[in-house]
Amino acid sequence: MFDTTFIDQVNTLSEQTIQDCYHCHKCTAGCPVASEMDYGPDRVLRMVQLGEKERLLSSHDIWLCASCETCGARCPNEIDIARVIDALRQFALDTRLRPVPMVIAEPDAVKFNRLFLFVVQNMGRMHEATLLASYKLWTRNLLADMDSGAIMIMKGKVPLLPHVIKARKDVKRIFETTRMENR
Amino acid sequence: MSRIGVFICHCGHNIAGTVDVQAVVDQVRQHPDVTFTADYKYMCSDPGQQLIKDSINNYKLDGVVVAACSPAMHETTFRRTVASVGLNPYRCESANIREQCSWVHQHDQNAATQKAIAIARSIAEKVAGNEELQNLILPLTHRTLVIGGGIAGMQAALDVADAGYPVVLVERECQLGGKMVQLSSTYLNFSAAPDMLQQIIDRLSHHPNIQVLTNAEVTEVSGYVGNFKVHVSRSESGGSKEINGKSLFSAANPQSTTLDFFFDIGAIIVTTGWQPYDLTLLPEYGGVEIPDVVDALTFEKMLASGDQIRRPSDGKVPREIVFVQCAGSRDRERGVPYCSKVCCMVVAKQAMLYRERVPDGQAYVFYIDIHSAGKGYDEYVQHAMTDYQVLYLRGKVSRIFQEDGKVIVWGADTLSGRTIEITADLVVLATPMTPDHSAIELGQRLHISTDANGFFNEAHPKLRPVESLTAGIFLAGAGQGPKDIPETIAQASGAAAKVLQLFSHDEMTASPMVATVISELCAACGACVKACPYGARQIHPLRRIATVNAALCQSCGACVVACPNKASQVHNWRPDQILAMMDEMI
Repeated sequence: MFDTTFIDQVNTLSEQTIQDCYHCHKCTAGCPVASEMDYGPDRVLRMVQLGEKERLLSSHDIWLCASCETCGARCPNEIDIARVIDALRQFALDTRLRPVPMVIAEPDAVKFNRLFLFVVQNMGRMHEATLLASYKLWTRNLLADMDSGAIMIMKGKVPLLPHVIKARKDVKRIFETTRMENR
Repeated sequence: MSRIGVFICHCGHNIAGTVDVQAVVDQVRQHPDVTFTADYKYMCSDPGQQLIKDSINNYKLDGVVVAACSPAMHETTFRRTVASVGLNPYRCESANIREQCSWVHQHDQNAATQKAIAIARSIAEKVAGNEELQNLILPLTHRTLVIGGGIAGMQAALDVADAGYPVVLVERECQLGGKMVQLSSTYLNFSAAPDMLQQIIDRLSHHPNIQVLTNAEVTEVSGYVGNFKVHVSRSESGGSKEINGKSLFSAANPQSTTLDFFFDIGAIIVTTGWQPYDLTLLPEYGGVEIPDVVDALTFEKMLASGDQIRRPSDGKVPREIVFVQCAGSRDRERGVPYCSKVCCMVVAKQAMLYRERVPDGQAYVFYIDIHSAGKGYDEYVQHAMTDYQVLYLRGKVSRIFQEDGKVIVWGADTLSGRTIEITADLVVLATPMTPDHSAIELGQRLHISTDANGFFNEAHPKLRPVESLTAGIFLAGAGQGPKDIPETIAQASGAAAKVLQLFSHDEMTASPMVATVISELCAACGACVKACPYGARQIHPLRRIATVNAALCQSCGACVVACPNKASQVHNWRPDQILAMMDEMI
């Protein structure tokens, strides 16, 4: 018997109707990172439709998605594919939902996401220098992207001192409240 | 000596751009039978036609040549023009100096002009010899024969009968309704097919203008449009017997009696319908060997029976059902090359009905493409995928076999790049519609042609879909090509409209340029009878000369060539005319 649990869970989490997809490939055709992906957004949806949970959650695709929303904007069946990929990320990270054992294909992406939110939560606002430094230390890759990094610094995109905002404590509280609700 | 007017058209630049019209005017004027010449920019226009009319009156012309476009374009127009001022239309002819002259000799204007002069003068020669002919008036029987009592035949019969004309409806089986009688319900809104059909059958059976003959077959048809003679044989034993695909009556069954009916018919509508593909041609799908592999029509009967769906082998309710689309269709190598049009919709309907009857069952559909081209059709198939959890897998099934009482299906899903194996309880093959087995033989009897797949040929695929190439014989329904009920009804009403068009007059007119016999020269040798491809000639038993059925004659001239005495001639295409035309040209 064909098990529809996975489709139902992803549908609920992403608030999309994945069965609507008729595989025209328009999303993959417009996705800016599709060439780097294993499958592309269209095949990702097909794997959800066929219930291929393990293959999907251990693929690179769900981490490479840049959430640019080109796919969702163009989909003729009104499916927001980026949201589906986001739901799959939640699946991959939520120990209650994901299969055990499981390997995350792009652990650095997870680290970056975690650090990003950590900086915003604690400093009230993004501080690129803190994010950069801690990311490089955590991934133990000090020299990666230094060419574009140097240009960014020269153009003033990486201020040394963080911008202090008044409502830092409120931002922290938003994070804590949201985390509590999703427990 | 004739008084012929020759009117040369410029047709804008179409003719005048290549042909020196003035030179043509001058040269043609010199022909002894030509009294008057004129040229004009567009002879077919109102002022052009008025010029012709005025010239006929002013110059007392007794013949007209319009040197312009092809006769296929405007000969009828100009004949009507001259008839309106009292000149016999068969003393008017077109000389084609456009399609056969100016349009094909654009690089040599000199030669084109010389050719145009030769053409115009030779047609003037012909018109000089033309007799004044009258259109033939033929009788017209206002009775229609409908062959086949399915939904197409019944709809067509009702439309013609409601207009007030008598209809004879001949059906081979013992009941009306064709294949539609076997359906459970129809898409899009699951209307009950038996109810819809019963209303139509009731109205038909009680219609004062319709005579229904069941257990009957058309055994012979002769004649022509408006005047067919039809022989219908009816078996009283209940149903026709079939041996080797040919239908027999009392020959094999001494108990039955045959009744013979003879009808005068004006128009025939052929609605012989379809039959399912032969499953023995699908051995890789276990078509005949595996009892739990059935075709879509059989599954439809299972749905229509009102009982729960059960496996043919052990009577259990199937929990895993696989539908295989394109089973035998779109298959140049071993099946039929065409798409049978309706299966994608039928499978979506059957899958949804299955899910309603067996809510804990799983339905799979293997497809190559989804052909859902109709109003609301695509949404309907999406409905099956989304709301009924029917799993659609894109790939053709390669093998179906039995194992441990289950049916194993080997297919693929190209969208995920995987091979798929399903252990099914029941497999439904969506096989193509093929023409009814009687179609080809019936076509030969009626002199209408079938295509390479056995479906009746329409007169023109785009512009004349409900007419055959034989005048007076019309087509509707699946006998002309696979189609569903709404399209069938549209074609049936369309064919009926064509019949009513024919019947809107009391009589028919036919062209008078037919063959004729000079009785003094005829030796009754019979060569012309053999030569005529239309069966239009016979030797009169008493007068002992050849006679021509003017209604059947198509003026091909084969009899003229065959006759050793030159007794056979076609009106206004006589040998003396043709020789005179050749003299002009050479």
